[in-house]
Amino acid sequence: MPSKILTFTLNGRQVEVIVKPLMTLQTLLREKLGYTATKSGCRQGGCGSCTVLVNGEPMLSCILPAEDVEGQVVTTLEGITPRDGLHPLQQAFFENYAIQCGYCTPGMLMITKALLDRNPHPTRAEIVDALSGNLCRCTGYEPIIQAVDDAARRIEP
Amino acid sequence: MTDQTLNVVGQAVPRRDGLGHVTGKTVFVDDLQFPDMLHLKMVRSPVHHGRIKGIDFSDAEKVPGFVRALTYKDVPKNIYTILCLIGVGPDEEPVLAEDRVLYKGEQIAAIVAETEEAAMEAVARVRLDLEELPAVFDVEEALKPGAPILKPWGTNYFIYEGHHCRRIRLGDVAKGFAEADVIVEGCYQPAPVEHAPLETTACIAKPEPDGRYTVYTNTQALFFTLDNTALILQIPFNKLHFVGGTVGGGFGGKVDVIVEPIATLAAMKTGRPVKFKFTREEEMHVSSTRSGWRMYFKDGVKKDGRIIARQVTTYADAGAYNRHTPYAVTKHAANVAGPYAIPNVAIDVYCVYTNRQPGSAMRGFGVNSGAFGWEVQMDKIAEAVGMDPWEIRFINAYRNGDLRPYQKVVQDATLIEVMKAAAGLAGHQLPDRLLAMNSWDREAPLADRKES
Repeated sequence: MPSKILTFTLNGRQVEVIVKPLMTLQTLLREKLGYTATKSGCRQGGCGSCTVLVNGEPMLSCILPAEDVEGQVVTTLEGITPRDGLHPLQQAFFENYAIQCGYCTPGMLMITKALLDRNPHPTRAEIVDALSGNLCRCTGYEPIIQAVDDAARRIEP
Repeated sequence: MTDQTLNVVGQAVPRRDGLGHVTGKTVFVDDLQFPDMLHLKMVRSPVHHGRIKGIDFSDAEKVPGFVRALTYKDVPKNIYTILCLIGVGPDEEPVLAEDRVLYKGEQIAAIVAETEEAAMEAVARVRLDLEELPAVFDVEEALKPGAPILKPWGTNYFIYEGHHCRRIRLGDVAKGFAEADVIVEGCYQPAPVEHAPLETTACIAKPEPDGRYTVYTNTQALFFTLDNTALILQIPFNKLHFVGGTVGGGFGGKVDVIVEPIATLAAMKTGRPVKFKFTREEEMHVSSTRSGWRMYFKDGVKKDGRIIARQVTTYADAGAYNRHTPYAVTKHAANVAGPYAIPNVAIDVYCVYTNRQPGSAMRGFGVNSGAFGWEVQMDKIAEAVGMDPWEIRFINAYRNGDLRPYQKVVQDATLIEVMKAAAGLAGHQLPDRLLAMNSWDREAPLADRKES
């Protein structure tokens, strides 16, 4: 199968790039385009560290063929970080110590960004449900849940 | 010191690396790439125990992007043991297997290729001629006559200064058992545990114009790994520059020296940067685990709850190679009598080799696996003599001035104070006679206490 020219919107900018068949969105972002905030924990859809938003919906970029995002809108952690300061979720994660080694953090932020976008005031159960596909091995789930709750309070509906 | 102002203790201090983490700007090893960078993948043993009769790379070499293969013949000092730096020996683990493999997944040959895909394809095309040998997976089976012998010195146990196990002796346990009112026995065996860090083990070795090699790594033991890499490659330490400190989860799983020596060797042989990153499967199946432990306790107890004799025999499952288990065994032996004042103690701890993936360090290795055993045993003792589990621990707690089984006098005991605080946090009301106890002033010397 030949390579293809892929066009999509990445963090608000148009991107045109040549991709091989079945190259994953994760590989495209990290290795071809240099957007390394998206992490690579398992490359089998098991850990959530590679979560990005496609048209606002959370997706596992490690098992998503890049060509599937043709014409779509992709957002990575780089895309939600303001030029100055932090997004309220980032601020809340930082202040609530919802980080230890930092490897699961980008995926945690993207999955909870998607949650707050569709449900600005989630219950604790809804936060826990949203995080259920994202693994943290430094066992920091409780501060992460608190940080999401804190961020929801900071973001005006 | 009393007028010193404390700026950090008791304060919540923002994490130094926190802003990098929440913006995704923290650079982990796998985030790096360099022009002309090659990828390394391992040919691994498909059997638990086997003799290597031949390796055929001819099909692998035809894969587009194949650069070269490395075998043990390319490794200057192929047989090593990580803890040689603190005097543990003899060397016993090959960087790449020579004529034998001792666990499923053991590294046999390295393939270096232009892309990760090409390296994987070439690995799949390497033909191994292996003779499978009988394997042993149980620590006690491994010590029985007739078990397959895994080590060149002719035993399946590590030798501690000429002894078959690490031994601790205090007093006379036979006398203690004879004087006891109750004998309480127990067997405990916490299983091996995989650390499963979110970021898998990885490094990149990069040749520099001045003849040195920069190694970007997520090791937890930067200089330990540098030293071992230099010894394995037989090069001066100052030829290596290790860059690290950013670790995406370690928990002890990244203190073994596994990817750096072979990646650096590949960089030396090719003159190009080489990345070696474990897949998730390798992290789970091949990287070392917490060792498995099997502990047999036999305690002699008086009716008043005092433990007067403790005998422990423990078998630690090192898996196929030392890694950090010989050291974990020593720590286990020193601690497995528990933080209790017991006048007669006999402890034998074996470091046993089996055909499992190697066990190694994980969070308090040797000690907290032991703590699981000795604390469950304390509950069992409390039940046997009809006492409260809190009380049994208070009356046996070690105090300043007590002699530990390894012949050191305690100067910094805090167990009683910690238990009082724990009871408070748990909302458990302790009786006044326990609250009156402390770690620095025993109400009566243990040996002089009247029998009830």
